Amino acid sequence: MAGSSSWSQALMQISPYTFAAIGIAISIGVSVLGAAWGIYITGSSLIGAAIKAPRITSKNLISVIFCEAVAIYGVIVAIILQTKLESVPASQIYQPESLRAGYAIFASGIIVGFANLVCGLCVGIIGSSCALSDAQNSSLFVKILVIEIFGSALGLFGVIVGIIMSSQATWPAKAV
Amino acid sequence: MYGFEAMTFNIHGGYLEAIVRGHRSGLLSAADYNNLCQCETLDDIKMHLSATEYGPYLQNEPSPLHTTTIVEKCTQKLVDEYKHMLCQATEPLSTFLEYITYGHMIDNVVLIVTGTLHERDVQELLEKCHPLGMFDSIATLAVAQNMRELYRLVLVDTPLAPYFSECITSEDLDDINIEIMRNTLYKAYLEDFYKFCQKIGGATAEIMSDLLAFEADRRAVNITINSIGTELTRDDRRKLYSSFGLLYPYGHEELVVCEDIDQVRGVMEKYPPYQAIFAKISYGESQMLDKAFYEEEVKRLCLAFEQQFHYAVFFAYMRLREQEIRNLMWISECVAQNQKSRVHDSVVFIF
Repeated sequence: MAGSSSWSQALMQISPYTFAAIGIAISIGVSVLGAAWGIYITGSSLIGAAIKAPRITSKNLISVIFCEAVAIYGVIVAIILQTKLESVPASQIYQPESLRAGYAIFASGIIVGFANLVCGLCVGIIGSSCALSDAQNSSLFVKILVIEIFGSALGLFGVIVGIIMSSQATWPAKAV
Repeated sequence: MYGFEAMTFNIHGGYLEAIVRGHRSGLLSAADYNNLCQCETLDDIKMHLSATEYGPYLQNEPSPLHTTTIVEKCTQKLVDEYKHMLCQATEPLSTFLEYITYGHMIDNVVLIVTGTLHERDVQELLEKCHPLGMFDSIATLAVAQNMRELYRLVLVDTPLAPYFSECITSEDLDDINIEIMRNTLYKAYLEDFYKFCQKIGGATAEIMSDLLAFEADRRAVNITINSIGTELTRDDRRKLYSSFGLLYPYGHEELVVCEDIDQVRGVMEKYPPYQAIFAKISYGESQMLDKAFYEEEVKRLCLAFEQQFHYAVFFAYMRLREQEIRNLMWISECVAQNQKSRVHDSVVFIF
């Protein structure tokens, strides 16, 4: 394997297991970061607004539930990804097929993690504005909820692509 | 970074912003004002106000009601809300909230010094002070004879201390000097507040710049009109104008040489935002100018609520509440003196 630069050689010497494991970590960790971020943004506005307008509390919990769904997507994909992580014999660990599988799991994790991060943020900010507007004028709630639904679809896109990506992560068969 | 405040503002400011928006929904609407304007006596006013958020504050007042009592109780509500928000706030919001009250502190200082000059009793003056501008040792102001003593004895420990550097003289305090002192202090306060908002940056800086610039310009026009025909020299007048705002610096140059209201109108009509204000009042009439300025201010303050995740909503709410208290005072006075035809002269509807 004559690498053209030391960097590319170094990169290809990193075990694909590393990439796969980091991908799984990112998928769950960054998704939960996004969900938590969104929940605190919505929650603080919701609590403050509910002092003057207590009727908004039960309806506006939907915003918090949408943010929570983002974390659940991350957990689901992490569980799916970790079932894809198989052992290969030591002689085959640096074969191109192995590397491909490792990179596929890594990429899937990044896709899901970051899509859920921004989705959680988006839903959180909209949820905050939704709570404040609902407190002033209750006819606005349903209309702003539609915006939130579109926002939460972003996380779903990430999950779909992540799962498709990981489904083709096949490690080389045992017998060479 | 401007535009991304939504991501981190709610950590410290989300709860309080939601609370202040809740308070804003309790401001009196046009329908409430219409009901109030049709009241015959002060007891009717009290009955209408008890259906609004002022209810708990007015319900225990005994029946021969005075207009000053109504205004005092409504101000008390504002003070309670302010103190509640201040004790929940963290930096920089807490400093921002404190800045809002420095204007009242300046007014209180000037009130006590003027009253002492005219030999009024200190206790009586303290009762007339605005509660938002109170500080410890305010009663000691009555002892001071000139500005240097005023500074050294009392004001050096208050937040107003840095504003005094421009107006310390050894002259004794008399009416004209006190007005000049008030305007110099207020100029320093506005510039300091402006710099503070610029330091916070983001949406707060943008919206507060607009609101404070309007305030500075309004004061410049009022100073010009009030000093027409007095002994205030042009240089002194120029020193009282703030160094920011739409009129700075070219408008100020033109205002400095104005000698009557029509010249002021000529200067202001060159600036499109103010042209609309001056077009509403006909030639030679300056009483409606105050109301026109208040209406423009209320319009801009309401616009501050259109954006989320900034501090200017707190400033806007306090100012709108003060405008509402002014409205209530005017309505109560008109009703008490049986001049109901003049009630709409000075009431500015907020919604």
